[in-house]
Amino acid sequence: MNPLLWMLVTPLIGGVGILLANRQPNAREGVTILTAAALIWQVWGLAPEVLAGGRPEASFFEIVPGIELAFRVEPLGMLFALVASGLWIIASAYSIGYMRGNHEKHQTRFYLFFAVSIAATIGVAFSANLFTLFVFYEALTLATYPLVTHAGSAKARQGGRTYLGILIATSIGLLLTAIIWTWWATGTTEFTPGGILGQEIVGPEVGLLLFLFMFGIGKAALMPIHRWLPAAMVAPTPVSALLHAVAVVKAGVFSVIKVIVYVFGWENLAATPSAEWLLYVAGGTIVVASLIAMRQDNLKRRLAYSTVSQLSYVTMAAAILAPLSLVGAALHIAAHALGKITLFFAAGAIHTAAHKDYVSQLDGIGRRMPWTMGAFAVGALSMIGVPPTAGFISKWYMLLGAYDVQAWFAVGVITLSTLLNAAYFLPIVYAAFFKPEKPVHADGHAHTHHNHDYSNHGEAPWPSVVALTLTAAGTVALFFFAEMPLDLARQMIEATP
Amino acid sequence: MTLLPHLAALQVVIPLLAAPICIMLRRPGLAWGFATLVSLTDFVISLGLLWQVQTDGPFSYAIGNWAAPWGIEYRVDALAAYMLVIISAMGAAVMLFARRSIEAEIEHARIYLFYTCYLLCLTGLLGMVITGDAFNLFVFLEISALSSYAMIALGRGRRALTAAYHYLILGTVGATFYVIGVGLVYSLTGTLNMADLSRLLPQAAGYRTLEVALAFITVGVALKLALFPLHKWLPDAYSYAPSVVSAFLASTATKVALYVLIRLFFTVFGASYLTEGIPVAEVLLVTAIAAMFSGSAVAIWQADLKRSLAYSSVAQIGYMVLGVALISAAGMAAGLLHLFNHALMKACLFLALGAVFYRLKSVNIRDMEGIARQMPLTMGAFVVGGLSLIGVPLTAGFISKWYLMLASFQDGRWWLAVLIVLSSLLAVVYVWRVVEAAYLRPRPHGAPAVREAPMSLLAPLWGLALANIWFGLDTSYSYGAAQWAAEALFRAGGLL
Repeated sequence: MNPLLWMLVTPLIGGVGILLANRQPNAREGVTILTAAALIWQVWGLAPEVLAGGRPEASFFEIVPGIELAFRVEPLGMLFALVASGLWIIASAYSIGYMRGNHEKHQTRFYLFFAVSIAATIGVAFSANLFTLFVFYEALTLATYPLVTHAGSAKARQGGRTYLGILIATSIGLLLTAIIWTWWATGTTEFTPGGILGQEIVGPEVGLLLFLFMFGIGKAALMPIHRWLPAAMVAPTPVSALLHAVAVVKAGVFSVIKVIVYVFGWENLAATPSAEWLLYVAGGTIVVASLIAMRQDNLKRRLAYSTVSQLSYVTMAAAILAPLSLVGAALHIAAHALGKITLFFAAGAIHTAAHKDYVSQLDGIGRRMPWTMGAFAVGALSMIGVPPTAGFISKWYMLLGAYDVQAWFAVGVITLSTLLNAAYFLPIVYAAFFKPEKPVHADGHAHTHHNHDYSNHGEAPWPSVVALTLTAAGTVALFFFAEMPLDLARQMIEATP
Repeated sequence: MTLLPHLAALQVVIPLLAAPICIMLRRPGLAWGFATLVSLTDFVISLGLLWQVQTDGPFSYAIGNWAAPWGIEYRVDALAAYMLVIISAMGAAVMLFARRSIEAEIEHARIYLFYTCYLLCLTGLLGMVITGDAFNLFVFLEISALSSYAMIALGRGRRALTAAYHYLILGTVGATFYVIGVGLVYSLTGTLNMADLSRLLPQAAGYRTLEVALAFITVGVALKLALFPLHKWLPDAYSYAPSVVSAFLASTATKVALYVLIRLFFTVFGASYLTEGIPVAEVLLVTAIAAMFSGSAVAIWQADLKRSLAYSSVAQIGYMVLGVALISAAGMAAGLLHLFNHALMKACLFLALGAVFYRLKSVNIRDMEGIARQMPLTMGAFVVGGLSLIGVPLTAGFISKWYLMLASFQDGRWWLAVLIVLSSLLAVVYVWRVVEAAYLRPRPHGAPAVREAPMSLLAPLWGLALANIWFGLDTSYSYGAAQWAAEALFRAGGLL
């Protein structure tokens, strides 16, 4: 069998193993970790070939004449797959601590759909045409639905409804229309360097097609279709961390870059005035989402709106349509993934250890959970873009690109939002380390569970702490060792004829 | 093989003769085995006919050796062979499911009557497709209609009787309209043979009589087809009929009515008459769109899930008619493809509800809360069928939507593609509320614990569910056949 197909199938085989080990939690989690390790081994083994200019391919079913379920690994997809597979294993380790620490139910179902979601993510990353991308994009939506509604409560159902409603409505309503239009006009849906539109779709129609694509890719959470993201926060934290900071949302912005580079062709798009609106919508989303994030007291919701804002960085960087900013967009997929997963891990660790979910409860918590809050600080700095964290590099490239084409609007947005990011992240870090702890039960949110008193807590279970330390270290490491992602991102641009 | 030249006749004659034999068998198990055997035989015959048409082209069979314009002719072309395979395949699939489900839903003493009616209904449906004679078609239409009234009346409670009665009244009106139309055509041409009619009718093109005939036939068949707004009989009939009957009728009866419409429009009247004369195509297009939206919208609010699926059928018929009303080979192929795919998904969904009813004695959404934990395989199949109904990629339903949208684009009517998309979003709502209830809600207090449905129900159910996935991956047979049938139809009409 083709190695690419193995990569898709590996998590699914793991899923079967998880089902078989239903009654033995240790064996079940062992299967998860082993599968994740196997996937990393496969995906990372592919990287040297892609860096050397290889483009491994595989195809499988010809669904409609001329449209195949086909895969091709190009640099951007490679980068995305590296990030997703690398973080899956860490998130799995984290989940073990979180799910057991919180006595969650239906853990087998949880790990199963987690594995299926990763398979779908790999499918998105390696898809060779719009059709395959669409198939796995939808599969990802459906596979994450049981995770979002994991709790089964009325609130979870409501959140799941919003989640599924928006994502399915936009993808079937707009994205599918855009794909069929593209296919009908050009006779292909293949991702091709330089784009495929040619002279078939020109002028204002390009702007309309771009609209269908950008709002059809609901996972990129451009305003006003971002509401599914905060709604998905009803999920257990590992889900929010891996899926709603990494896999699902990154599948969204990944598709955005992919469509701009390989369907429209960024050079063609730069010459089309009707496509300019995207820059402003994305810029607006960055600022407005940051403003909303400032007002959220629930930590996970604040992180969710921060995600909405950060995703639009990628979209805006792609919409600047300068080569360097596209490099920045690709890098930001990796940089934001590492930083945001750290922040979510920290939020989940706080929930597990201290049963606190609100920003206003976090005074002095840094002294009880130094590792967790230290990692949180690193993640926050990366969001703001302070060296030596990964967030700095991607922002740097975005700004370079924006200067190149004199996109002053983008420069202004990045500057303003850096200030806003600092304004809603730094106070948390400050309060955690420097403010005195509030007396127990003084505020309404503090409560006890199962007659436990959580006031005298320490760190969360060790697998969770190890996981969040690793991702924080990764955030810093990416700053110093950005060679490989940079190479991949450059190759994506240089491939343009 | 001396029977080979007579396959066309055997296709209809076997179930027709089997029906009285079935009455004599009496014992439920025996009647079931016999009816299943006949269905499977018919399926094999239909495949033989398809193969014959694919290798040798369309052919005719003169009943009793009476030559065509005078005697009754059976005519098997690409479209007819395609339909025969669908109907007999669905009959066979439903029969494999039927035994335990029918035992649970129909009084023991009447079970053999059900199988008799089923065989007659199958006869009528196959006959309508295969015949090349407009009046013979009416005869078969009545055979299928009368037997289906009886099958519906065998359903649960007294409401099944009123449902059957409604259907009887409206179905008879439809059949009468049809026969009035045929009578008018006969008065113009003096023939009832379809091939003959298609040759003679162009000479009568200017006559008002012909327009009236077309109007009567269209309305009559649209009643049988349950095309909005003539669909009032369908929701009651499907919801109160036994589950097996709902599955069978939903996947075959309305499809055959659509076939009749296509046959008369494109073979007998000719597509050019449709586009030049009274605006039939436009009327169909508008009603199809209305059906797509109203059917789906009403389906959302039904607590009885069989009723919800019935309204969904009204909407899905809209999609098929939409494809036909585009009057293009691509549109026709898309409509025919959806006809096949919809048969697969609706049979799967109705049979899944049949399995639920078998255990739960209800298909009300409130009684089905939390059922997925107790019947995971049944509800799994329901979800697959539901995804196909929505049109999620890698299911058969997606392929239908894809081609329907493509055909609209090719026609330059991109707004139709938008409407198709919007209406399929309604399907998301009425499918997902079931998923939510079955998977995410706890079982109601005091609800009896139920077990998974027996293997004899699950096997055919999952066979259909997997078919939904298979035909979403490999479309060479389904779309290949639909395209072939559509092109043959247009080529015969001189339009391609």
